[in-house]
Amino acid sequence: MTATAITPGEETAAARRPHMFPDPLLLLGAVGLVVCSLVTLNGATRNAVRGQPHFYLERQAIYAGIGIILALLLSRIDYSRLREFKFGLYAVMVALNLVVYGMPAVQGARRWIPLPFMQFQSSEFGKVLIIVALAAFAVDRSRRLHERRTTARIMLLALIPALLVIPQPDLGTGMVYVAIGFSVLFFAGTSWKQLTGLTAMFVASVAIVLAGAPALGVHLLKPYQVQRLTGFLNPSHDPQNQTYNITESLIAIGSGQKTGRGANATQTKLNFLPANDTDFVFAAVGETYGFAGAAVVLSLYALLIWRTLRILTMSKNLYGTLIAGGILAMLMFQVFVNIGMTIGIMPITGVPLPLLSYGGSSVIVTFIAIGLLQSIYIQARIASTGKSRALLS
Amino acid sequence: MSQTPEDRRPPLTPQLALRVTVVGSLALALFAIIFFRLWFLQVLSGDQYLKAATVNRVRDIAVPAARGEILDSGGRVLVDSRQSRAVQISPPDLPHSPRGRRIMYRRLAGVLGMSTRPARCKVPGVGVRHLATIPCDVAKQLAILPYANVTIKTDVRPAVQYYVAERQNQFQGVEVQQIYLRNYPLHGLAAQLFGTVGPINATEVKDKAYRGISQNSIIGQSGLEAAYDRYLRGRDGTDRVQVDALGRPTGDLRKSSPVAGHNLALSLNVGLQRVGQAALQQSIDSNYPANGGAFVALNPQDGSVYAMGSLPTFDPNQFTSNLSKAQYDKLVSKTNNYPLLNRAVDSAGPTGSTFKPITATAALQSGEWTTSDTYDDTGSFCTSPGVCRHNAGGGASGVVDLVNAIRYSSDTFFYNLGARTNIANPIAHPQGGPLQLWAHRYGIGQKTGIDLPGELRGTLPSPAWRSHRDKLELECEHATGPFKGHPKQASCGIADGRPWSIGDNINLAVGQGDVQVTPLQLAVVYSALANGGTVVRPHIGLSIQNAAGTVLQKVNPPPSRHIPIDPLYLETIRAGLRAAASQPGGTSADVFSNFPEQVYGKTGTAQYNGQQDYAWYACFVPASATTKPIVVVVTVEQGGFGAVGAAPVARQILSQWFFGKPGPYTAGNSKTL
Repeated sequence: MTATAITPGEETAAARRPHMFPDPLLLLGAVGLVVCSLVTLNGATRNAVRGQPHFYLERQAIYAGIGIILALLLSRIDYSRLREFKFGLYAVMVALNLVVYGMPAVQGARRWIPLPFMQFQSSEFGKVLIIVALAAFAVDRSRRLHERRTTARIMLLALIPALLVIPQPDLGTGMVYVAIGFSVLFFAGTSWKQLTGLTAMFVASVAIVLAGAPALGVHLLKPYQVQRLTGFLNPSHDPQNQTYNITESLIAIGSGQKTGRGANATQTKLNFLPANDTDFVFAAVGETYGFAGAAVVLSLYALLIWRTLRILTMSKNLYGTLIAGGILAMLMFQVFVNIGMTIGIMPITGVPLPLLSYGGSSVIVTFIAIGLLQSIYIQARIASTGKSRALLS
Repeated sequence: MSQTPEDRRPPLTPQLALRVTVVGSLALALFAIIFFRLWFLQVLSGDQYLKAATVNRVRDIAVPAARGEILDSGGRVLVDSRQSRAVQISPPDLPHSPRGRRIMYRRLAGVLGMSTRPARCKVPGVGVRHLATIPCDVAKQLAILPYANVTIKTDVRPAVQYYVAERQNQFQGVEVQQIYLRNYPLHGLAAQLFGTVGPINATEVKDKAYRGISQNSIIGQSGLEAAYDRYLRGRDGTDRVQVDALGRPTGDLRKSSPVAGHNLALSLNVGLQRVGQAALQQSIDSNYPANGGAFVALNPQDGSVYAMGSLPTFDPNQFTSNLSKAQYDKLVSKTNNYPLLNRAVDSAGPTGSTFKPITATAALQSGEWTTSDTYDDTGSFCTSPGVCRHNAGGGASGVVDLVNAIRYSSDTFFYNLGARTNIANPIAHPQGGPLQLWAHRYGIGQKTGIDLPGELRGTLPSPAWRSHRDKLELECEHATGPFKGHPKQASCGIADGRPWSIGDNINLAVGQGDVQVTPLQLAVVYSALANGGTVVRPHIGLSIQNAAGTVLQKVNPPPSRHIPIDPLYLETIRAGLRAAASQPGGTSADVFSNFPEQVYGKTGTAQYNGQQDYAWYACFVPASATTKPIVVVVTVEQGGFGAVGAAPVARQILSQWFFGKPGPYTAGNSKTL
């Protein structure tokens, strides 16, 4: 709270407690999703660890608790001060994503730093770090946003960590980084022409990676990654192999029908549904609670996205707008790619569903992002009351 | 703290407002897509996915039924089943990627201690591949029946079962099952008779006899196991279990218990069987180059078989564990003289002089000869000047009647009968003359109807048969008819193209030439001689019993027919057979003259081109002479003269039958055909 006492004028405003309240709708959305997550995990992971039916449930609750506390603390800090640490934050983000390469591999992947209480996933934490850093770089160059060099530099700053994350391997999170960079540029006001150019380059590079390079004998992606990316186009082609996940996920969601199968959700409970607690948790929701349950979850995400857009527009400064824009990209990308994957209209990329998927790093990072949004919200409220009071006096 | 321009709150510029609208609309559109897709999946197609989810969680596991036991007449167990742990692969549940399968096969081979070195692997319908043992077994099974489990190894240790069960994700498609393995405690004794069991194959699956049984069934493949399969087999049960994604059972849903097969009691006498095989083996060992043989002992009154053996033999237990290619090749190789063959029913050939009672019957019944007619055996018989046949060894019996002709086995006497019973006009009577008629009535050229699969019909030469062979030879040479598509040949060796001649009938009269008779058929002929003309239908099965020993069904087939032989004629022929086995000069008298029971017997020596003669002996002790009537027929391939190679075996079988001990091995020395 002391950190918010920046100017004498705002000190009095800070004393007026009502303005320090976070956005209740945003909080409601986030907490609502956590409740959905806990209810779903309770059914899906009951038999996952023998003798400990609440193993995942307890841990997820603890992560969410930590996340909520962090978010509330963060909401009291003026996010604008983070601008000063942009180089440090960016360096930490790059360093974290490099350190994992020296860590022991878990099932062939090196994404985690083992901590006593959890597996720290660098790329997840990198998401908020890169949002805060990129937004700061963009604000610094806000007067030269029309220059192509600015666009290129910011995109490059997003691509460098993305290229560090993708070989971990974590294609999905790498793409989140790119989406964040694009979104920051988009809301900073980069011209449509340059944005179109970026999109064209992106499409071209996807074409090269998936089709062009393999034709020349250079395989940039592992075969399973290509299979997953293209498999959704033809799921009946190879049901037991890579698209096994999609087939089982569709069966799970479809069999949920209108109101769900509840305790008889065999796809989820008998593990036909792969990763029913993480990447395919939405399918577990769909099977267990049906169309009704899925609609509730979707409404909560809609609420989250609406509040993010709202906070983006009310921010007291460009920095807040851009941070909110980065967070918006992160949320939307993860929600639509993940849910799209489980219902068979998007490729399989391992991005978690924010707040719903089990996982400490993902839950805590999402709450940090929520905390940042709340900080933008509170600061905007303080600034506007300060302004109106000044006008009144 | 001073505010930099960038820190100032930007007004909501039109540009930002536009972009927020764009993103908001995008989000709205994406949410709409997701909702419609969910509606389609959950509400419109929900039923179909629910069905898929239900199928996903149940699996039927076959619980094999115990196969029924085979017992002897006294209830002693001859063949039973034992429980065994078997590692099986279920091909549809294997990892789908070739790499995943390769890794799994290697892992499994390591656990089971099997070789991973690729070797030649002959896959039916595919060709020769280069595969390790496990993938080779799987490939072979896939080529035969794609949905049947492949048994990789039987009798595995419990530790292997636990290891595999706990690592189902590493052993996708591998199951360790309790199965029943057939157990043959008698090993080589009566092996061909019992036969073998094995997995059902593609043709059998479509067979009506096996309707409704699973592709994983083990069924009888030969011998009694095949003949009585539907009684012995039982019905496999199923365990419908709920399984998780790795195929681990998580709960029972429904059970249908397996129903054990019924037991089969046989008329077989194990002691007699053992003595018969030992005696036959001794004959083979002492009559170089003899290399195989068979014997049949049956009840002439009702046809129940007391013993039936074939040498060389094999151990049917080999078939219950995985038989290697090399082992199987040995069982079907010419060098080992085909141990799998049951020579008593699956091997037919000329019988030599043991055929003579049939010729005698035909001659007497047709009036071509009488019981008192005599013939001067000068040692040769000529059909026309210069075309002559001679007695074996060139001897002459002098003036003989029918009784003595049988006693001495006079060939010229029977050549004469053969000439007299030949059909004068073969074109008008293609089925032949009295000799063919009576041989046919005795059952030559027809199946006896025994309860064993694959019985041979044999051949009864007749004018019609010869012209059929001539036609086949012509078609073969010109590559027409059934030989269409084959290369033309100058000669196929089926027939020499000449029409039916008197020589054919003369050959038949003494059991030489083209006639083909199985030992069992000859035993049926001698049964008719013993019982007064009833052609019995031989059978080994006695009854079908349940596990408690209650008889559910009796096997008691009625005789095939009764042939009207004048009792006087029959008495005359029997007198000849009795004299042959007991009177001085009788062909088997030196083997049987001191035998306490009344033996009626006839030697036979069948001639083959390029091989040693086959020894035959057929005899009986009729119901008029004993309370335990029996017929015994013995044949020894390349065993030489009948009195030398076959009669001593018959004597030991009879001795065991009547006195409970085989007694001395007594070889005769008569050199007659």
